[in-house]
Amino acid sequence: MSTSQTPLVEVRNLVKHFGSVIALNGVSMSVNHNEVLCLLGDNGAGKSTLINTLAGVHKPTSGDFLVDGQPRVFSGPRDALDAGIATVYQDLAMIPLMSVTRNFFMGREPLIGFGPFKRMNMDEADNVTRDEMHKIGIDVRDPQQAVGTLSGGERQCVAIARAVYFGAKVLILDEPTSALGVAQTSMVLKYINQVRAKGLGVIFITHNVRHAYAVGNRFTVLNRGKTLGTYAKNEIGIDELQNLMAGGKELQSLSEELGGTI
Amino acid sequence: MTLANEQNGSVARSDERLKKVSTLTAILRRPELGAVAGLVLVTIFFLLTANPAMFTLAGVMNFMAPAAQLGILAIGAALLMIGGEFDLSIGSMVAFAGLVFGTALVVWQVPLSVAILVAIAFAVFIGITNAQLTMRTGLPSFIVTLAFLFILRGLTLVGLKWASGGATQLRGMKEAVAGSPLAPLFSGDAFPGLFTWLAQAGIIDTFPNGSPRVSGIPVEILWFIAIALLATWILLRTRFGNWIFASGGDPRAARKSGVPVARVKTTLFVVTALCATLVAILTVLDAGSTDARRGFQKEFEAIIAAVIGGCLLTGGYGSAIGAFFGSIVFGMVLIGLTYTSIDQDWYLVFLGGMLLTAVVFNNVIRKRVTGER
Ligand SMILES: Nc1ncnc2c1ncn2[C@@H]1O[C@H](COP(=O)(O)OP(=O)(O)OP(=O)(O)O)[C@@H](O)[C@H]1O
Ligand SMILES: [Mg+2]
Repeated sequence: MSTSQTPLVEVRNLVKHFGSVIALNGVSMSVNHNEVLCLLGDNGAGKSTLINTLAGVHKPTSGDFLVDGQPRVFSGPRDALDAGIATVYQDLAMIPLMSVTRNFFMGREPLIGFGPFKRMNMDEADNVTRDEMHKIGIDVRDPQQAVGTLSGGERQCVAIARAVYFGAKVLILDEPTSALGVAQTSMVLKYINQVRAKGLGVIFITHNVRHAYAVGNRFTVLNRGKTLGTYAKNEIGIDELQNLMAGGKELQSLSEELGGTI
Repeated sequence: MTLANEQNGSVARSDERLKKVSTLTAILRRPELGAVAGLVLVTIFFLLTANPAMFTLAGVMNFMAPAAQLGILAIGAALLMIGGEFDLSIGSMVAFAGLVFGTALVVWQVPLSVAILVAIAFAVFIGITNAQLTMRTGLPSFIVTLAFLFILRGLTLVGLKWASGGATQLRGMKEAVAGSPLAPLFSGDAFPGLFTWLAQAGIIDTFPNGSPRVSGIPVEILWFIAIALLATWILLRTRFGNWIFASGGDPRAARKSGVPVARVKTTLFVVTALCATLVAILTVLDAGSTDARRGFQKEFEAIIAAVIGGCLLTGGYGSAIGAFFGSIVFGMVLIGLTYTSIDQDWYLVFLGGMLLTAVVFNNVIRKRVTGER
């Protein structure tokens, strides 16, 4: 990847404390136009905390946070969305009692009408939701059905379709395929490629090294709240990457014990 | 911006896994179903047991007036409950707003319009205080507003003694607003001309002297209907409505999705306080006086009406039009019992019974309709 261009989003020495818990202890990473950055690491390494900070959910304790080369402080996720950063959260951020459509457009409602008579354009919202869900490979039976009645994977697809629809500059996906079927997973990986080809930056978190290697251009590995390193795809092999993801633990022996299937 | 422009595959609009949703199922999905069913049952009950005078025009106005006073509070409470919070201070707020409004009119002797603005300013302040305390401390709004239930009631007592020179009642509001162009908006009956005409045309009942038995629609009923319609439109059709459902359904998820949850909840607390203030203005001008017991226990009745109207205690689900019907059920039973030979004190038993039934019913409906697992 060229280093001359300004990264879309960059953090340097980011630190995040929750009371006495040190979740991030000096993390640096960046994502450029036209690039898929895979964020890898063990459970509890701090991946979700990092992307929550990028998405405006948390305020960093210290460190630099640059958007398009300019220092930014988001006062909340709404700011991040306004800046074109859309996120699929690990917990999906869906509201079970609300309809698929209302969830899809939550916080970004399409409006029609003027002045005090501005209202939600429900028909358009329903149509967009149905179309976007169809593209990701889910036939929504009825966009007005409550999200609580969807299967776990379907719910995850709503969150992904939503972020892809609204992400204008950066798309962040926190383990988006953890509940998905084979077809939907391939669809999501294909999406990531498409979104990147349109010039966006993608931050992709996964525990599946093959998924990461399939779409990633660069890999940033976190371990215990620190950056272990960042590698371009041509610098690292898939096996080496997998060892790094496990926090440097030797997976070889475990893999052999289980019959060499992981 | 989207992938929509790149892929133009035709999208199937039907799905073989979807049973045709009958109108019945669609109705069963509505949160206000319980309140409508309750209203039908109560109506049938009184049609069978009450003096037919209850369902004459005069009788209907008779039970709609208290229904309206409660309903304005209940709709505010319903919006707040859907937004995930409670306000137990609305009853005391009615008394407090009555004090502020009465003092402005009678003691400071300002015009009606200024007195209303002063009352509104206090309501906004108290709404914001409730909201800020709830959100800053992270305590349940139940506890924070319970404190204000006592604080506001106490302030009202102290204030009344101060304003009236030792009494717990303040009088003279009717005289103070006489002739004010704004007064007809908040007191008396609307459309007297229409009702006189209807009486002359023989369409509605008249007294022997030819004047109509019902001289117009009490203004609180019009406020009640207008607020119910407005609240329903906001909830179901506007962006703010979507934010209310989201903030109550899961505030963390809502915030992550870009909903300004704190702003939504603050607005809702202010709206509730404003509803209480409106009821205070209406009832104070109606009675011409205010006292420390005004709005006593109305917070519970309002919350019960909202629950009968389909609001979940956990937030994120409910309806304003349901609270509208729930309040009418209340008014009907409160006044209806006087048209029967039944002891009026059964009202309280009914109140509790209705609450219990509604909560159980809501729970079942929610699980079935929203497929909660
Ligand atoms: N709000 C919080 N309060 C206290 N500690 C927190 C909070 N959020 C995260 N942590 C801690 O920070 C560390 C990093 O958590 P994080 O969720 O970022 O991990 P992760 O890399 O996303 O892991 P996983 O792969 O399991 O999703 C964990 O030890 C967690 O306990
Ligand atoms: Mg995580």
